[in-house]
Amino acid sequence: MGNDTGLQRGDMTGAKALWATLANHGITTVFGYPGGAIMPVYDALTFYPEVRHVLTRHEQGAAHAAEGWAKATGEIGVCMATSGPGATNLVTGLADAMLDSVPLLAITGNVARHLMGTDAFQEADITGITLPITKHNYVVREVEDLPRIIAEAIRIARSGRPGPVLVDIPKDIQLAAFHGEIPAPHARPEIPAPAPEAIERARDMLSGAKKPVMMVGGGALDAAPEITALARAWDIPVITTLMGLGAFPSSDPLWLGMPGMHGSVAANRAISEADVLLGIGLRFDDRVTGRVNGFAPGAAIIHIELDAAEIGKIIRTHVPVRGDAKVAARLLTEGARPIQTAEWRATLAEWTSRTETPGKWGAGYAVKAVVDRLSENDILSSDVGQHQMLAAQLARFEKPRRWINSGGLGTMGFGFPAAIGAGMAEPGVRSVVIAGDGGFQMTAQELATLKMYDIRNVKICVVNNSFLGMVRQWQEMFHEKRYSEVWLGDSNPDFLKLADAYDVPGYRATNAEELPAAIDAWLADPKSALLEVVVPHEHGVFPMVPAGAALYEMIETEPGRTPDLHDAMDKAAEEAKNA
Amino acid sequence: MSHTPPIDQLLSILVRDEPRVLTRITALFGRRGYNIRSLSVGNTEHPGISRMTIVVSGDRGVVEQAIKQLEKLHDVIKIIDHSLEKFVDRELVLVKVAITPESRVEVRQIAEDFRSRIVDVGRHALTFEVTGDEGKLTAFIEQMRPFGILETMRTGRIALTRGSNADIPAHVYHEGETETLRPVVEGIEAREERARGVPNLF
Repeated sequence: MGNDTGLQRGDMTGAKALWATLANHGITTVFGYPGGAIMPVYDALTFYPEVRHVLTRHEQGAAHAAEGWAKATGEIGVCMATSGPGATNLVTGLADAMLDSVPLLAITGNVARHLMGTDAFQEADITGITLPITKHNYVVREVEDLPRIIAEAIRIARSGRPGPVLVDIPKDIQLAAFHGEIPAPHARPEIPAPAPEAIERARDMLSGAKKPVMMVGGGALDAAPEITALARAWDIPVITTLMGLGAFPSSDPLWLGMPGMHGSVAANRAISEADVLLGIGLRFDDRVTGRVNGFAPGAAIIHIELDAAEIGKIIRTHVPVRGDAKVAARLLTEGARPIQTAEWRATLAEWTSRTETPGKWGAGYAVKAVVDRLSENDILSSDVGQHQMLAAQLARFEKPRRWINSGGLGTMGFGFPAAIGAGMAEPGVRSVVIAGDGGFQMTAQELATLKMYDIRNVKICVVNNSFLGMVRQWQEMFHEKRYSEVWLGDSNPDFLKLADAYDVPGYRATNAEELPAAIDAWLADPKSALLEVVVPHEHGVFPMVPAGAALYEMIETEPGRTPDLHDAMDKAAEEAKNA
Repeated sequence: MSHTPPIDQLLSILVRDEPRVLTRITALFGRRGYNIRSLSVGNTEHPGISRMTIVVSGDRGVVEQAIKQLEKLHDVIKIIDHSLEKFVDRELVLVKVAITPESRVEVRQIAEDFRSRIVDVGRHALTFEVTGDEGKLTAFIEQMRPFGILETMRTGRIALTRGSNADIPAHVYHEGETETLRPVVEGIEAREERARGVPNLF
C-alpha cells in the first residue's frame, strides 16, 4: 500500500497533514490504537515527535482517557482508532462525551474510498453509527480538505456547548499527496452575552425572593469564581449537581450539597421549598429533577444556559437567560440587592445539620476515609455505581475540574482510563480514581498503559463489595431481593495479583482498623498503585429518591433490613439446580 | 412546555448540500419523537445549498424544541418558521383515476373545474396533475374517489414566505437577516475555486 503514490518519505501526505494540523492546534497528546486502515497515520506519526501518542489497550480506554484529559483541563481531548471494530470501540466514549458536553476529537481510519460501501474488510459506516452521538462528524473525501476539516472539527468541538466530533479518513486519503496549506487554529468564537432585559428580569425576580436557591451544573464549571461571587453578594444558598461539583467551594456555609436521586436532604428539600430557583449551566436531567411535575413546585425558575435548546426542554422557565454563565453571573452580581433570607437560612441550616456521616464499616466508610485524605489539588475520578454516588456525596471540592465522572451516560469502565487521561494532562497532580469491583474490570487492562508510560500519579481504589452494588440495591428495594445476575464475588480476581501482573503495587484493607495505614501506604507509594478495600456485600446509598418519585419523596436513611442475602442466593442456586 | 393540541406547522430549512444531511435532519426528528407529516427537498438559487420544507405535526412546544435542536446542527444554515408570518404553500399530486365510457366525460369535467391537467391517457384510466394547497388536493381526491382511484403520489408541501425578504421581520428568519447566507455561499465558492486549481491525484 505504502508505495501506491510513489511518494518519497519527505513528501507531504494526507497523514502528515493531519499531524501537522493537530500540532498547529497545540495538540500534544493523542490516545489511540492502530490498525490496518489507519497505518499511514501511524507511519507519519514518526515524523512528528512534538505530538505524543499514548497506546491504550482498548479504543474505549483511549476515548475515556481523552475525556479525562478534557474534563481535567477544559481543553480538547483527542483519540484515534482504525476502521470497523476500532471505530465502533470508540462509540461508548463518544456517547459519554456527548451527554457530558466534553470537547473531544475522534479520528478514525476507514477503508479506501473505492472500497467504501462495499462491505470491505473492517469497514463500518462509522459516521452513520455516530450520527446521533456526535455534535458533528465528517468523512474526508478529498485530501486537500483534510486539514480544513480537522480545524473545523476542533472549532465545533470546543465552541458553544462543547461535544464530540468525529473525522473519518479513508486510507487512500491518508496516503495521497497534499499540496495545500496547514491552517492556523480558528479564533474561539464569541459567546453571546445575555440580553440586558433578561438579566434585569432575573434581578427583579431574585430581589423579591424569600426562599431563593441556586443550582449550578457542569456547564458553569469555568465560571466558578463568578458564581461564588454572585452567591455571596446576594446571600443565596448553592446546590451543585453531580456535574457541577467544584463550581462552588464545598467549605462555604452557603453550600447545600448535591441535588437529585442521591442528593443531600438539604439540597432536595431546598428545591422543593424554594420560591425562586436560579439554574446555571445545567439541563435538568431526570436524575436531578425526579418526577418533573414535583420539581420545585413553588418556584419561579430562572435558567441561565448557553444551549437555547435546553431552556424549557424539561422544566418550564419563567426567566430564560441565554448566554455565557461567566458574563451572566457577573452582571447579576453587579446589581445585587439585599434580600431577607435569614429565616430561610435558619431552616436550611437545620436540614444541613442532618448530613449523615457513615458511621459503621462499609463502602461509605471506606470512600469517606479515602476522600478525607485528599487535598484540594488532587483530581478525583470515579467509575459508575454506588461508590460514585458515595464519592459525590462525601468528597469536598474547593475548585472546579477536580471531579471527573460519567454523569449523563453512566458508563461503567469510565473511571480508570479517565483518571489516566487526567493524570497525563497534569503529571504534577495526584489523579485518584474510586472504582467498584464491577466497573474496574471493564477497563482493567489499562493497567498496562500505566506500566508502559511509567505513569506515577494514578491511584486506583477498588471498593470491592463482590456485587454490582447499585443494581443490587434496586433489586433489594424494588424487586423483592431477587438478586438476579449481580453477584461477582466468586469470580472476581485477586485484584492485588492482577495489579502485580502489571508491576503496579497493591494494598488491601478488609476492615476499619486496617484502612488508615493502607491508605497512607497507597498514597505514599512513589508509583501508581492500587488499593482494594473489601467491604460488606449489602450496603445501600442513601438518601435516595426512587426513580419516578418527586424530590420531596426522598428516602432519607437506609431502611431496616433483614440480612438474608445468603438465603436469597441459596434459593436462587436451588432454583437453578431444579430448572 | 406548553401543551396545546397538535397542529401541522411548516418549517423551511436551508441546509448545506452534502452527503448525509437529510439523514441528520430526519434522525433528529426521529430520535426525539417528532412526527414529520411531509418532507420535500430541492436545490436553491445558491449552488451548495438545499432547501427543505418540513411539515411537523405537534404542539407549539414540540415545534420550538425542534427548531432549537435543528439550529445546533452544523449543516443547518437557516430556519424559517412559517407560523410567524404569512406564506404561500403548494403541493403537487398525481392521481390515476379509473374511467369507463360512461364516466369519462364527468371525470374530465371535474378535473377541469380544479384546473387540473391530464398527463397520461389510458384506455381505462386518466392520470391528472393537480397543484394547490392541501385543501384543494384533498377535495380533488375526494371528488375522484367514487370513480375509483388507482394510484396517487403527493410531493409534500413546499412553502415560501410572502412578500420580499426585506419586508420580513428578522424573528421569522431565526438567524436574523438574510445576510446569514452570504458567508456560507462564499465558503462554498472558495472551495470550488481551490478544488479547480489543485491537481487531484486520485
